[in-house]
Amino acid sequence: MSVLEVRNATKRFPGVVALDDASIRVDRNEVVGLIGENGAGKSTLLKVLTGIYRLDEGEVRVNDGVIELTSPRDAFDHGVAMVFQEQSVIGTLSVAENIFLGREGEFIKGGLIDRGRMNEAARVELAKVHLDIDPAIRTEELSFAQRQMVEIAKALSLDSRIEGDIVILLDEPTSVLEKREVDLLFEIIRDLKDRAAIVFISHRLDEVLAISDRIYVLRNGAVVHETPATDATVTELHGHMVGRSLHHEYYREQRQSGAGERCVLEVKGLGRTGAFEDVSFALREGEVLGIAGVVGSGREALARCLAGLLPPERGEILIDGQPARLDSPARAVGHGVGFVPSERKAEGIVTGMSVCENVTLASLADFVRNGFIRRGDERAATQGWIERLSIRTPSGRTPIASLSGGNQQKVVLAKWRVAGSRIVILDHPTRGIDVGAKEDVYELVRDMTGEGLCVLLLADTLEEVIGLSSRIIVMRDGRVSATFDSPPGGKPNQVDLVRAMV
Amino acid sequence: MAVSFSRRIRSLAPVLVLLALCLVIASTNSNFLSVSNLIRLLSAAAIPLVLVMGATFVILMGSIDLSVEGVVALAAVAASMLVANDFTSLDLGFVALPAAMLLGGLLGLANGLLHVRLAIPSFMTTLGIGFACVGVATAILGGFTVRISDRTFRELTLGRLFDVPYSVWVAGLCVLVAWIIQERTRIGRWVYAIGTDEHTARQVGVPVERTRILVFALAGVFYGLGGAMSASQLGQGHALLSQGRLFTTITAVVVGGTALSGGVGSVLNSVVGVLVVIVLANGMVLMGIEPFVQQGVQGLLIILAVSLALDRSRLAVVK
Repeated sequence: MSVLEVRNATKRFPGVVALDDASIRVDRNEVVGLIGENGAGKSTLLKVLTGIYRLDEGEVRVNDGVIELTSPRDAFDHGVAMVFQEQSVIGTLSVAENIFLGREGEFIKGGLIDRGRMNEAARVELAKVHLDIDPAIRTEELSFAQRQMVEIAKALSLDSRIEGDIVILLDEPTSVLEKREVDLLFEIIRDLKDRAAIVFISHRLDEVLAISDRIYVLRNGAVVHETPATDATVTELHGHMVGRSLHHEYYREQRQSGAGERCVLEVKGLGRTGAFEDVSFALREGEVLGIAGVVGSGREALARCLAGLLPPERGEILIDGQPARLDSPARAVGHGVGFVPSERKAEGIVTGMSVCENVTLASLADFVRNGFIRRGDERAATQGWIERLSIRTPSGRTPIASLSGGNQQKVVLAKWRVAGSRIVILDHPTRGIDVGAKEDVYELVRDMTGEGLCVLLLADTLEEVIGLSSRIIVMRDGRVSATFDSPPGGKPNQVDLVRAMV
Repeated sequence: MAVSFSRRIRSLAPVLVLLALCLVIASTNSNFLSVSNLIRLLSAAAIPLVLVMGATFVILMGSIDLSVEGVVALAAVAASMLVANDFTSLDLGFVALPAAMLLGGLLGLANGLLHVRLAIPSFMTTLGIGFACVGVATAILGGFTVRISDRTFRELTLGRLFDVPYSVWVAGLCVLVAWIIQERTRIGRWVYAIGTDEHTARQVGVPVERTRILVFALAGVFYGLGGAMSASQLGQGHALLSQGRLFTTITAVVVGGTALSGGVGSVLNSVVGVLVVIVLANGMVLMGIEPFVQQGVQGLLIILAVSLALDRSRLAVVK
């Protein structure tokens, strides 16, 4: 009997089909592994299962009945509990209070919470995950792994409180755990199989193989493979995750420029506790250096570090052969570093301002004379870039918020070109923009390197990082695990990259 | 555990400040520790304590309530007109007390409803409601002052039990009630949850909007009571009788160590905060410091307190 089932699920977003007729089934006392590249549809599927997204087509069945989940709480009450990657315990509340937050009803007597009884009940749930802590202590005093166990305990508290079976969704639960803690988690998961069905989502294929009974592979929103774990191998799963061949034209490979003579950026032994260690590489003019790695590999932190947002604790950064301290974004900009962040709306653009104001934001000093902004020059410069990058906007005065995602991204690029940046860090530059706009961004990357700028790329997909980069470093657990040359016509294999990633 | 150690020190800081303050003042003036001065201190702390009990919950939730003075003034005027007085012919005695609390609660409810339903920042709604209340009180009285002739109503604050004014006992009761709400009720838990992480609280099914509205109403009830006590203490009601209450209230909450960003703090912290503010004011009077200088010192105190209490490592953007 299936505890949780998704049938023919389709979910569309503007320009993307996030889920494409996907079906999965989770049976009682079973651990199901769910794998796929970034953007394969895993997180969309999870959001459907926790009531955050509604399906366009298809249905969700819990304990063999079709239901419409409306919110995470609603899903929880139906027995579908998600253990969030970015944890959802509240630090200022006690362990017991977190476990029963929003469901204090059963402990209320005469309008007051019976704390003793609540703590007792929490202790029962904590015992299920072998966590021997005082339920009255604040969760912020716990370690990350312990907080995760508290979340699992919270899910298990449903056990005796609802009819039917419970499903626990574990989203990348091991990404920030130590080896010892992972072993403990696995022990607990095996233990839990008696009372719950479990969905285990992870980038680490060896772990998925070790803990799952059955595995689904998602690609482009569709389930492309289903296999019992005993029959699967890591290599085979990689093949199914990656699946397709490269389109040379798509990434403008013929325009990929060779590395120039001059070394623009050099990084030696860069480290930051808890993020990355001992990272070294050199970036020459005209190069695109791709950084590949899964969530938690440290590549996001590395990019933010070079943008001056997260100062390094060890190591050296050389720009044009001179030591540079990039301990604030202003300094990084001063050294010619431009950062195109993945959170475009939050960090890339100032939504309340016009296209023109956004373009000149990083170099406003160049447009000021006698303390006043020369709007004419500002507008002329913006107009030039609007034409060069073919930004689709009625004029420079248009509010940037009214542009499409792809055009907003071009404005962000224009901002750094105007500021004279020579090192451009692209953090997921094509996330959330449609296919046509993606090709425009690829074209712009080639334009920039053609003019001698260098690019550091954190791509959305493996295909993208391989297609665009001249060289690729792969990071795993905060360290560089492999380096690949990626010349036109001699691109590395995706499977080789994945092997270095996980 | 290093973080939690520094946090523990930080949570003790207000108590240490209070003790240090007492020591300094006591060493320069022997009258400070006399029984009569201590009773005077408690008596001065009574009304601020009542007001602070309400404001603490609002601030714990990450909101702010600037309507204190307006609500206190209107409640005081209402109370003074319900007991025997020279403005109306009413003489309802102690009915004035629950009436003032009800009025305060309704005004607080208005704060909460406007804030939540119209999605206006609490800073603005409460500022507006507070201003409107002072306006209404002034309009009703036309600048006139209501004089209270009800002796028993005045006993509420002036009468004594074991040499300590009733107002102090009332304040103590308020602290107890607030503490029970904080520690033992769902609203109390939810206030912390919302103040710490509203998004998560909403996801697990905490009724965020309802809680917000209720907390503002609850704060209003405390202000209403504070208003009635003000009227009783002064023996009169007029539109400006609450001047300075807002500053004392917010200062006390913050000095006590409750974070303006929400989630951190307690009504007990605020008790310490009130005592710091009151002791400081009392000490400066005893030391013969000029009133204008006193005000300056209080202004600097709130800035100092925030700078000590803030955990800057968690702040990305300061607004």
